[in-house]
Amino acid sequence: MTQFLNYLVLGLTRGSLYALIALGYTLVYGVLQLINFAHSEVFMSGAFGSYLVISAVVGNGKGTSSWEVPFVMLLGVVTGAVTAGAIAWSLERVAYRPLRRRNAPKLAFLISAIGASFFLSQLFGKMFNRFTNNQFPPFFNDNSVAFTIAGAQVRVIQVVDILAALVMMVLLDRLVNKTKLGRSIRAVSEDAPTAALMGIDIDRTISRTFVIGGLLGGAAGFLFGLNFSFFNTMGFLPGVKAFAAAVLGGIGNIRGAMIGGLLLGIVENIIPTLPWVGTEWTDVVAFIVLVLVLMFRPTGILGERLGRAA
Amino acid sequence: MSAPQPLLDVREIEVRYGAIRALKGVSFSVGAGEVVALLGANGAGKTTTQKTVSGMLRPVAGTIEFEGRRIDGTPAHKLVDLGICHVPEGRHVFPRMTVAENLDMGAFRFKQPDPADLERVLELFPRLKERYGQHSGTLSGGEQQMLAIGRALMGKPRLLLLDEPSMGLAPLIVAQIFDIVREINRSGVTVLLVEQNASQALSLADRGYVLETGDIVLEGAGRDLLADERVRAAYLGEEIAAS
Repeated sequence: MTQFLNYLVLGLTRGSLYALIALGYTLVYGVLQLINFAHSEVFMSGAFGSYLVISAVVGNGKGTSSWEVPFVMLLGVVTGAVTAGAIAWSLERVAYRPLRRRNAPKLAFLISAIGASFFLSQLFGKMFNRFTNNQFPPFFNDNSVAFTIAGAQVRVIQVVDILAALVMMVLLDRLVNKTKLGRSIRAVSEDAPTAALMGIDIDRTISRTFVIGGLLGGAAGFLFGLNFSFFNTMGFLPGVKAFAAAVLGGIGNIRGAMIGGLLLGIVENIIPTLPWVGTEWTDVVAFIVLVLVLMFRPTGILGERLGRAA
Repeated sequence: MSAPQPLLDVREIEVRYGAIRALKGVSFSVGAGEVVALLGANGAGKTTTQKTVSGMLRPVAGTIEFEGRRIDGTPAHKLVDLGICHVPEGRHVFPRMTVAENLDMGAFRFKQPDPADLERVLELFPRLKERYGQHSGTLSGGEQQMLAIGRALMGKPRLLLLDEPSMGLAPLIVAQIFDIVREINRSGVTVLLVEQNASQALSLADRGYVLETGDIVLEGAGRDLLADERVRAAYLGEEIAAS
């Protein structure tokens, strides 16, 4: 039971990060009908961006007093988000917009995405010496326990991850449903040419959508790096899993990405606790989920429609 | 012919889809307050003409002036700010948004939708009031057409482009929609109407132009075109047979 709960909390933690990343895939898919395969590197850039700022602020982290910790974490979320938002913005400008101008076929976008993904990953590898296990300076006690349920210890960092992700998801939901920017994103997702007839600048909306996806992904990059470790190829596995989560929830559907992320995180961590299975099956489970969804419900949990009306 | 300073003046526009010349030098004008109909068979270039006026397509040659200002090549989202509102063929409401949200989208160019406009739209289309909170994907074709027109009215159009408002609708609904278009026009909105339903369009229009494979082949007052032998033969065949 205790073990089960421990893995449930781990699943929630990872799941909320998957959800943040999955939102980036799903938002961009909504406006462009394109899987932005470079999004995993946008996520990764958030970890490095926040690392540069945080290590400059707290040094080796030994001198950080406990009241400063929440502020440092907030700083990390913000700087991670901003870095990745900037990377996502540039990505759209360099790798996608020129293709859109030329009405390039979908395959060209895909190749461009993969190229951009390798480029960013190798660029950060070169800049940061390709260490495989970079850690944030220990500015807080990684093991401090927030509370215990039925013997299962919930660490502070896990609470931070989950709460931060929840707050960002609520904010995004409000942004999409209540603001003008959100309405323009929804309109472009539903029917871009008609959105233009309403006075919506499609290019600007696409650009802002990339930035929003980048902000969320970058914040996740910081939280992921803080919880585990970070390196230039760190984006690959969480990226592919978040993509699976977005498909699970229904690609293009914002709430679907949130649900899909949480669900995938929980499932991939719970199933391996069953007898005869083991934690080495975690990644396998995630991809089995992807395959099963694609086979039996390709539109995902909340996606009723894939083909849009002409 | 028309008012001395036309609201919309289209001169010799040429539009291509790849190697295909869809418009081969189309010229026409729309005076302030007029209803002008563009008629023609499928593929004649009516929709292409309208899309070019609203900025969805870019002409490779020719000019378009709106109130004396060049607008050809200006993207659609900027032309909305001049009051050029386009109700596209096939209605294109946002299916996953409610009727209310769709109407809001029509007023996107303003900070806030004007409550007076909303009131007027709901007055013109009482059906939209009944369906106000409903997702527009669940509306009937006629209701969607009403929503599409209502949405355009929320943008305070000076020139309303209507593309095949009668398409796929029952005759009773078509008559209703044309009545409302007439009413909209009376309130001071200039209308450029694209229709295959020539008799309906010409009974409403002050003037009309007939397009054939990318060229204007005939123009005149609505009444004259309605009586024109060639128009009757080519576009009103069904109506003659029926009457």
